[in-house]
Amino acid sequence: MSVVPNVRGLLRSRPLPPARPAPGELLAEAEDLHVRLGAEPVLGGVGVRVRAGEVLALVGPNGAGKSTLLGALAADVPAAEGVVRLHGRPVSGWTPAELALRRAVLPQSAELAFPFTVEEVVRMGRAPHAAPPAKDDLAVAEAMAATEVTGFAGRPFSALSGGERARVALARVLAQRAPLLLLDEPTAALDLRHQEAVLRLCRERARAGDAVVVVLHDLALAAAYAHRVTVLHAGRVAADGPPAEVFTETLLSRVYEHPVEVYDHPRTGALVVGPRRLP
Amino acid sequence: MLDKAAERTAAAPLRARRSTGWLLTVGLVAALLVLVPVAAGLGAYPIPVADVVGSVLHRAHLGGSALDRVPESVLWNVRFPRIVLALLVGASLGCAGALMQGVFGNPLAEPGVIGVSSGAAVGAVAAIAFGLDFLGMWTVPVLAFLAGLGTVLLVYAMSRSGGRTEVVTLILTGIAVNAFGGALIGLFLFFADTAAVSQITFWQLGSLSQATWSKVLAVLPWAVGGLALAPLYSRRLDLLALGERPARHLGVDVERLRLTLVLVIALLTAAAVSVAGIIGFVGLVVPHLLRMAAGPGHRFLVPGSALLGALVLLGADLAARTAAAPAELPLGVLTSLLGSPFFFLLLRRTRRRQGGWA
Repeated sequence: MSVVPNVRGLLRSRPLPPARPAPGELLAEAEDLHVRLGAEPVLGGVGVRVRAGEVLALVGPNGAGKSTLLGALAADVPAAEGVVRLHGRPVSGWTPAELALRRAVLPQSAELAFPFTVEEVVRMGRAPHAAPPAKDDLAVAEAMAATEVTGFAGRPFSALSGGERARVALARVLAQRAPLLLLDEPTAALDLRHQEAVLRLCRERARAGDAVVVVLHDLALAAAYAHRVTVLHAGRVAADGPPAEVFTETLLSRVYEHPVEVYDHPRTGALVVGPRRLP
Repeated sequence: MLDKAAERTAAAPLRARRSTGWLLTVGLVAALLVLVPVAAGLGAYPIPVADVVGSVLHRAHLGGSALDRVPESVLWNVRFPRIVLALLVGASLGCAGALMQGVFGNPLAEPGVIGVSSGAAVGAVAAIAFGLDFLGMWTVPVLAFLAGLGTVLLVYAMSRSGGRTEVVTLILTGIAVNAFGGALIGLFLFFADTAAVSQITFWQLGSLSQATWSKVLAVLPWAVGGLALAPLYSRRLDLLALGERPARHLGVDVERLRLTLVLVIALLTAAAVSVAGIIGFVGLVVPHLLRMAAGPGHRFLVPGSALLGALVLLGADLAARTAAAPAELPLGVLTSLLGSPFFFLLLRRTRRRQGGWA
């Protein structure tokens, strides 16, 4: 450790963002991760790896531990055993300010204590950066355009509908421009068109070199947009791999305790996943 | 092309809000500059405003002229210490209210409502009732600060669950803390001698009638320290409105921020309470009015609340000592009289927005 970087670190009020990750670089990793909430074990030995350039979907029934795993990757939830690494370093080794430049998190529900406007909320995503104002403006404008919230930029967040709020929250996360995106059910409150748009956005970010981890309930969406799927069941990984390999009727029917059918779309040949319903 | 248009529409309302903030700041400062000499001139011994200004200029060696012995003494030994104290106390209460609402993420949080003022008053009253003076003139403010700090921590710990503060829990905690603080003050009264009793009663009503320069000096460092620190946390308070976890995701060290702000709040509240007693609702009404006018951004709200708080308390104190002359209304009674209906309105609005308390 030389003295010079330390002095520079003291003079600099905020840390600098990391270099763009190389394609395939390991951005987040959980190894033999155990998490307990109170005495209750929620995750029991989970391993997951997230690489730059891919969309990883976390799926599984209610209470399988999807959000907890996402929380552990976000450094919100401490590991009881095992380790979580972000950009190669255990999460406890980063300061909050350094983490904010490396991962952005979309929580399940978006709340706001005071009536900030949509644009002010999206701009909050720029807080970790010590960037020139023009760069902030551009990031905010692009994030709002991508999530189609520009039209109500001046309205107070509290006056929006659930779906609109969800999109504003996503815009804030995009404006943060972190190389690792952790999204907890980004499609839950959205209509069909915006669900598709959000997942297309995830693919775009992955193509641009980011890593995207997304918790999904809709298996069809996961099948259509994820590069890789991790199926969680009772706090463990039941399967992990490309959707075409992981989504089998046997596995999904067992995990969801409901008959699930998987077939190729008769016209497009794409994978279709859904519950089997009685006629 | 599209991005340019997006940028323009996005930036417009924000710019409007920022300029509102600047206009309000200028307006508040101007109003203070007018009200201070007016308040200094009004009272049982009226002094023309021109004479007030002249005397101030004279003392600042900028021309002007000294007044006769009596008006000069009234002005500098009675009116000005009281005015300066009103400004300090008002600024501290307004600023503490804005910070507290930001930390609790709840627009109903206020030092008086949630019991921090009465907690601080317990410390101050204890100092008087037991004749403590181990720290000289600092004894009362230091004890008020310690008791206030303990109370904020207690309320904070009791009213939060899962990173959120529910309105009901917050208000109920306030009731319990206020009741306990009131009981302790009553107990100290019971044990205190007659001289101390009359001194303590003033704490319960809130008043600036015993203002002296030495009191000003006793609270000056606390108030100025708190007021100087508070604006440093504006940006992080904005992020805290998203919730604790999202704020942490954006790089805020939430634990440290909370602890620091609780200290600053206790500092400001103690400064106000140790010289003026319990003056309620200033910290509630002031940030609210400013939020309605200029939006919830803390960069304006925190310093703006200090300015408007100073203005409001100076005006209220002026009314308290002139409205029923020669008698004097207790200041705390006056602010509560005006502030409580506002609190009712706020409660109703919050309940309507939440669709009930359950």
